[in-house]
Amino acid sequence: MMKLLQYTLLILAALSFIYPFIWMISASLSSELGIGSLTLLPVDLTLRNYTTVFERIPLGHAFINSLLVALVTTGLVLILGAMVGYALARLRFRGRNLIFYLLIFTMTLPFQITLIPNYITMVKLGWVDTYFALIVPFVMNSLAVLLFRQAFAGLPQALIDAARIDGCGELRIIFQILLPNIIPTVLTVIILTFMGLWNEALWPLIVIRDESTMTMPQMVTLFSVGGRADAQLGVKLAAAVMLALPILIVYLFFQKHFIRSMASSGLKD
Amino acid sequence: MKKLIPYWLVSPYILYFCVFVSFPVVFSVVLTFHSWNIISPMKFVGVDNYVRLFNDRLFWQAIYNTLRFLVIHIPLQLVVALTLAEFLNQKIRGQAFFRGAFFLPVIVSGVVVTILWQQLLGFNAGILNRALSALSFPKVAWLEEPAIAMYAIALMATWKNVGLYVILFLVGLQTVPVQYYEAADMEGATHWQKFRYITLPMINPTIFMVVVLSTIGGFSLFIEPYIMTEGGPLNSTLSAVMYIYKQAFQYYHMGYSATLGFFFALIILGVVAIQKRYVEREM
Repeated sequence: MMKLLQYTLLILAALSFIYPFIWMISASLSSELGIGSLTLLPVDLTLRNYTTVFERIPLGHAFINSLLVALVTTGLVLILGAMVGYALARLRFRGRNLIFYLLIFTMTLPFQITLIPNYITMVKLGWVDTYFALIVPFVMNSLAVLLFRQAFAGLPQALIDAARIDGCGELRIIFQILLPNIIPTVLTVIILTFMGLWNEALWPLIVIRDESTMTMPQMVTLFSVGGRADAQLGVKLAAAVMLALPILIVYLFFQKHFIRSMASSGLKD
Repeated sequence: MKKLIPYWLVSPYILYFCVFVSFPVVFSVVLTFHSWNIISPMKFVGVDNYVRLFNDRLFWQAIYNTLRFLVIHIPLQLVVALTLAEFLNQKIRGQAFFRGAFFLPVIVSGVVVTILWQQLLGFNAGILNRALSALSFPKVAWLEEPAIAMYAIALMATWKNVGLYVILFLVGLQTVPVQYYEAADMEGATHWQKFRYITLPMINPTIFMVVVLSTIGGFSLFIEPYIMTEGGPLNSTLSAVMYIYKQAFQYYHMGYSATLGFFFALIILGVVAIQKRYVEREM
């Protein structure tokens, strides 16, 4: 009896999370008149909504921008995070604890406090409407540093000593010897960073005004809020589907890693 | 020379900290005493911005809205996440499927979720109202009624994030030693008693973490009302971050906006500190 109740509840919950997405995709493939229905399959199957989005806004260009920004930033977060994390975990130097506390401080600082000054920094550097504004403020990530620090701390010292005897420099030790041993952490950092950047909408809305530099979430937001969607539901939904699809596809393949990385992001200490 | 290596390795962080953390914090304090539209020179205005803040009814409305959001969002999040996690933590077939499904909204952009829910919550065509009609309940003006709109957004936010907290609770539930439950079984404890007297106290740290994370997340509410209602109806979904954004980027009141941001950040830190003390006392 208890089991039955359990399964019923879990299945209902699962449906309430999956069904809206299926509805969204099929509605985006339906004609404007067909959208009102609750079916799982598109009504009057058509690609009109998608072609309309591309006619009205340069979404393809925004896709390239998003991809570029997310890839470059994620790469830099990996490199810089590993360097700092390694130094904090494996090297003794004056000020190490201080830097650790600064990291914790940075993580607890509400972003609302730094929002306006950071925008002004971008203005003063002349970075408004450039990729620099989208990339540089995100290349350092405190959570990534802490995750790397934790992972590096768990590796045996013999690994590092052996590499040193072979004449490896610190950078080679980090990237060639140690990093391959902490692949789960690397995946966690990649997933969290890439996902965060791909979905970030507020910061681009602030620093980018020029359509040619806009990212996808920003462009879809402006499209949806501004008048260009003409209050057509199907067109808005099509734009939303295109924003969601890349992450959803990656998620289907790497589900386990996604869930594990998010779980470890919550358990940061 | 060798002694410098660690410093060389951490130098990117130090540079980042100076430019994107310490400078903004210091500068935002300076900015709160100035009036500035970015183009003309900054003008010192003393505590004018703070005086204005205390008399700004719209700002207090935005704070009130954000709190209303949190008051419904956090308990709902906790109860739903804990219930699902507790049910999922039993011997259940299709564990991976359920976890994967609950997690789906977590990974997609808030922009997507908002556009989707805008349709689900529509008055005439929305799925929720159709379901209500089918069960012969009256339709609800989810997004058009000032008293309800913020709660509708809180419902959506819960739907979006709850999967993450299910996972965190699952991790927490697995730390409870099985012997405790076995001992309770010997005493003939009911499901509810085991949950109330073993599970709940044992996962207190996770509950605290979930409360703090969803508080911080809730305080940064922006994109959902921005797309869904643009702060309306009658400013009932204007969130604090949205108001800070508007002051800066619609009216170019940089000094005033920084004052709002600074003051709001203090509120956030205060609330989180209170939560922390409360939980530490409980534990």
